[in-house]
Amino acid sequence: MAIVVENLHKSFGALEVLKGVSLSARKGDVVAIIGGSGSGKSTMLRCINFLETPSSGKIVVAGEEIAMRADGSPADRRQIERIRTRLGMVFQAFNLWTHRTLLENVIEVPVYVLKTPRAEAIARARVLLDRVGLADKADTFPAFLSGGQQQRAAIARALAVDPSVMLFDEPTSALDPELVGEVLTVIRDLAAEGRTMLLVTHEMKFAREVANHVVYLFEGQIEEQGPPDQLFGAPKSARLKQFLQTVG
Amino acid sequence: MESLLDTLGLSQSVQLLSLSPPGWGGNLLRGLANSLQIALGAFGFGLLIGLFGAYGKLYGGPILRDLLAIYTTVIRAVPELVLILILYYVGSDLINQASVAMGYGRVEISGVVAGIWVLGVVQGAYSTEVLRGAIQAIPPGQLEAARAFGMPPLMTLRRVTIPAMMSFATPGLANLWLIATKDTALLAIVGFSELTLETRQAAGSTRAYFTFFLAAGALYLIVTLFSGAIFARIEKWARRGQPSLKEGNR
Repeated sequence: MAIVVENLHKSFGALEVLKGVSLSARKGDVVAIIGGSGSGKSTMLRCINFLETPSSGKIVVAGEEIAMRADGSPADRRQIERIRTRLGMVFQAFNLWTHRTLLENVIEVPVYVLKTPRAEAIARARVLLDRVGLADKADTFPAFLSGGQQQRAAIARALAVDPSVMLFDEPTSALDPELVGEVLTVIRDLAAEGRTMLLVTHEMKFAREVANHVVYLFEGQIEEQGPPDQLFGAPKSARLKQFLQTVG
Repeated sequence: MESLLDTLGLSQSVQLLSLSPPGWGGNLLRGLANSLQIALGAFGFGLLIGLFGAYGKLYGGPILRDLLAIYTTVIRAVPELVLILILYYVGSDLINQASVAMGYGRVEISGVVAGIWVLGVVQGAYSTEVLRGAIQAIPPGQLEAARAFGMPPLMTLRRVTIPAMMSFATPGLANLWLIATKDTALLAIVGFSELTLETRQAAGSTRAYFTFFLAAGALYLIVTLFSGAIFARIEKWARRGQPSLKEGNR
């Protein structure tokens, strides 16, 4: 199992956002997480690498359980840092480091966190930038690029650590409609090569196409899950039916 | 040349300002060197305090935050001249008492070290606020990205926080540096021979007040102009990767 999440709870003050979510992904799985605004899907993804501290639950990444204190915070800073380097995260708002060029963004974590020799990291970064179609932008700063280009660079940055699991947090939600396609193409290629991915998304057609498992969250609980054809083609839950109708 | 100076009535001033005795130019330059040494030291010490102060105020516990609030409030409330007198005499008194208590007898405190300590403590309070504002101006997503990729806190500080805040901090820090160069003049009151005290002595001995204070003013101006050029370069570097705010200019 690449990822196991068991009985995950998360509250912000009195507001309980996740009410016991369990989910798992084998190596090579592409799990799409869908749901309305406020359903807890982003929070769930962010709990996996502890960007949000879970209130309780259990998270296992590549067979290693993350040690948690009673309040849910990670018990061992080094362990969580090590596991985070195995989870390539792609954010809705790209979050590239604006004071560094695309190449510097991509080599940052390999060189400084993973201590890869610089020349090796640069060679690999160039391959990755080429792969996402940004070879000629290696020395450009993020602010001079379109959203789609920035997001593709962010995917290259996540790939640079050769992650065991990639976490996509609504990767196309901040993009202009005409730029969504270029990012989805890159993600589709990654799925085709067997990358394990958890994908929080609003792109239903895309989820149906690339995912082999779809999870529908409603108010912090899994309302329905299954293979995409079943979930999108023959939804059982009334809420899911209604959700699919509203998002078209 | 000399006849020109004669007709302008400046030959006497040139003699007074010449670098070797009986001219006083050498004394003025030595004073300037002392001033710059203290300003640099105090600015650096202040930056260090400021970085800790800003981090403490942003991420520290309630007690640390309260202590830092007292520090920045008191330092910024009291006139610098008063602070210099307090910190200088209290500081040297405390060191002497400690030294006597440990059986070493009274110690002579170096003027440079005392000056750096006194002005550094003052600068630290202002630096704390400049850096706190700059850190808060960093888009949170950049720090989150560092966290998400497993960067340890100190590496995040060095690789992300400091470079990312530089563009926001540079104008405020340039101000602080210029204030530091001029605050060194206040150390004249505790008898430290920086530029202003040297100038006063030269002027007092020769009665050529106008000449010497004009010369000192020119030296302070030159320092400011040089600093402006250096900070402009730093700011350009810090703002690399950010589009220009001017229209139609990338």
